[in-house]
Amino acid sequence: MRATDSTGISLAAFVCGMVFALGLGLGGMTQPSKVVAFLDITGEWDASLAFVMGGALATHALLRRWIIARPTPLLASSFVVPALTDIDGRLLCGSAIFGVGWGLAGFCPGPAIVAAGGGATAALIFVPAMLAGMLLHQRIAGRNEATRRRSR
Amino acid sequence: MQHLTVLPSLAGGILIGLSASALLALTGKIAGISGIVGGLLAPEAGDKTWRGAFVGGLLAGGFALALVAPGALAATLPRSTAALIAAGLLVGFGSRLGNGCTSGHGVCGIARGSRRSLAATITFMATGAATALVVTQFLAGTV
Repeated sequence: MRATDSTGISLAAFVCGMVFALGLGLGGMTQPSKVVAFLDITGEWDASLAFVMGGALATHALLRRWIIARPTPLLASSFVVPALTDIDGRLLCGSAIFGVGWGLAGFCPGPAIVAAGGGATAALIFVPAMLAGMLLHQRIAGRNEATRRRSR
Repeated sequence: MQHLTVLPSLAGGILIGLSASALLALTGKIAGISGIVGGLLAPEAGDKTWRGAFVGGLLAGGFALALVAPGALAATLPRSTAALIAAGLLVGFGSRLGNGCTSGHGVCGIARGSRRSLAATITFMATGAATALVVTQFLAGTV
């Protein structure tokens, strides 16, 4: 890959990250009380976040079709294709655990990072803990991988 | 008290969809936040530059929101430091174990037609709803 491409990719990623953050902020995802009011359907239900998800999904589903019809992305040599397709215990357990944390604090990873960038106190506590949780998973996954290799 | 904000929420969602589409069109990458951050923490060198740039954009966007629209970051919850730390650990660990979060599974995965991502999204929506219900109904909204 040429040096200009990697600079272009980073610049594109930065701008996309910023637009993503503004979308989360405008949509209401960076307000934990709004997130919990959406998740708690028994209370005074705030359906707003269904419109965030619906808008994002519809937009991306429509645009994605003609984006991947091209042979390559504009700045890179190939499109990333997720390798995993199975619905397994790891997927469901991980998602279940993630949901509990999301419902508890009202933050999922993107909005938490955005709120931390804006100096929100709760996010400044939440994000380091989230990174620690990710590192913990990485250590356990790494150890399991090493055990598998030894037993082979 | 929460208010339904249909138009700003729809517009915000469209911006998120445009960002995920632009990232795919330009770089071929998938806009899954937990995956992008997880790759940044991985021991192998890999492709950390674009990941760092994307997270930098999220942080810069948050900084801009705090300046231009502080209300977007204002609505907080009565949560203790311990609850926030526990929630952070669960979100970090769970999203990596399940290979994705709201953005990677909920938006990019479902938009791709992935059954795996649909299953993940239904699961975290369900446990998120159950947790929010327990906290609101049985713990008076304070943890």
